[in-house]
Amino acid sequence: MASAFDRIADIIAETSDVPRDKITPDSHVIEDLGIDSLDFLDIVFAIDKAFGIKVPVEAWTQEVNAGDAPAEQYFVMKNLAARIEELVAAKAAGG
Amino acid sequence: MRLEYFQMIDRVLAVGPESLTAEATVPERSPVFEGHFPGHPLVPGVLLVETMAQASGYLLLARCNFDRMPFLAGVREAKLRSFVGPGTVLTVEASLVHDGSGYAVTAGRISAGGKRICDAELTLRTLPFPAPELEAAMRAQAERIGLTGAA
Repeated sequence: MASAFDRIADIIAETSDVPRDKITPDSHVIEDLGIDSLDFLDIVFAIDKAFGIKVPVEAWTQEVNAGDAPAEQYFVMKNLAARIEELVAAKAAGG
Repeated sequence: MRLEYFQMIDRVLAVGPESLTAEATVPERSPVFEGHFPGHPLVPGVLLVETMAQASGYLLLARCNFDRMPFLAGVREAKLRSFVGPGTVLTVEASLVHDGSGYAVTAGRISAGGKRICDAELTLRTLPFPAPELEAAMRAQAERIGLTGAA
C-alpha cells in the first residue's frame, strides 16, 4: 500500500491544480503549494474519506493561532502525513 | 418561500440525526419573477441551490443544537433538471454525507410531485455564531418552520 505521504500528495494533486511532482515531503501546504482554505477543506474531506478518520483541523488551527504549535507541525507534508498516520493508528487502537 | 428575503424553507416535515425533509412552496408572485424571466417566470437555479443549502443548514443546526452556524462554502455536481414555476410545491431533502472538523458535507435534493428537480453535494463550514442577533434570528426562524427542539 502507498505511504500516507503518497496518498495525501495524490489527493492534493487531484483536488487542487498543484502538479503532483511539485509536492515533496518538505512542501508547506499553504506557503509552498498555495492551497487556500477552501481547497484545504476539500483536501481534508478527501483525507477523512480515504483514511476513515476525522482530521481535527479546527484544533490544529487553534493551536497554531494561539502559538501553542508551529504551523509546520501540521502543514508541512511530511509532518501532515505523520499526523494522519497517528490518527489512523489511534483509531485502530480504539482511541 | 419568500424569495426576495432568502427565506426558502416553509416547513420542516421530518428531521433525524442524518437527514431532514422540508416543504417549500414557490410564491405566485415575486419581484424575482419580474427579471427571471419577463413573461416566463422561473425560480433561478441559484435559489434552488440556496434552498438545498438552507435545508442542509437546518439539519446541521439541529445536529449541533444551535451551537454553531453553517455557512455555504462549496457546491459540487449541481444538476438543475427541471424548470420550477410559480405555485410549485417543492420537497427539499438534505442528508449528511460527512461530519468533519469545522465543516460538513451534505447531499441536497429537491423534487416536486415525485419528479426530480435538482440535486447537489454541498460543503458547509460550521463556525461559532458571529453575532448573538444571528443566533436569535436563526432560532426564531427554525421555530417558525417547525424545526423540532429549535427553541
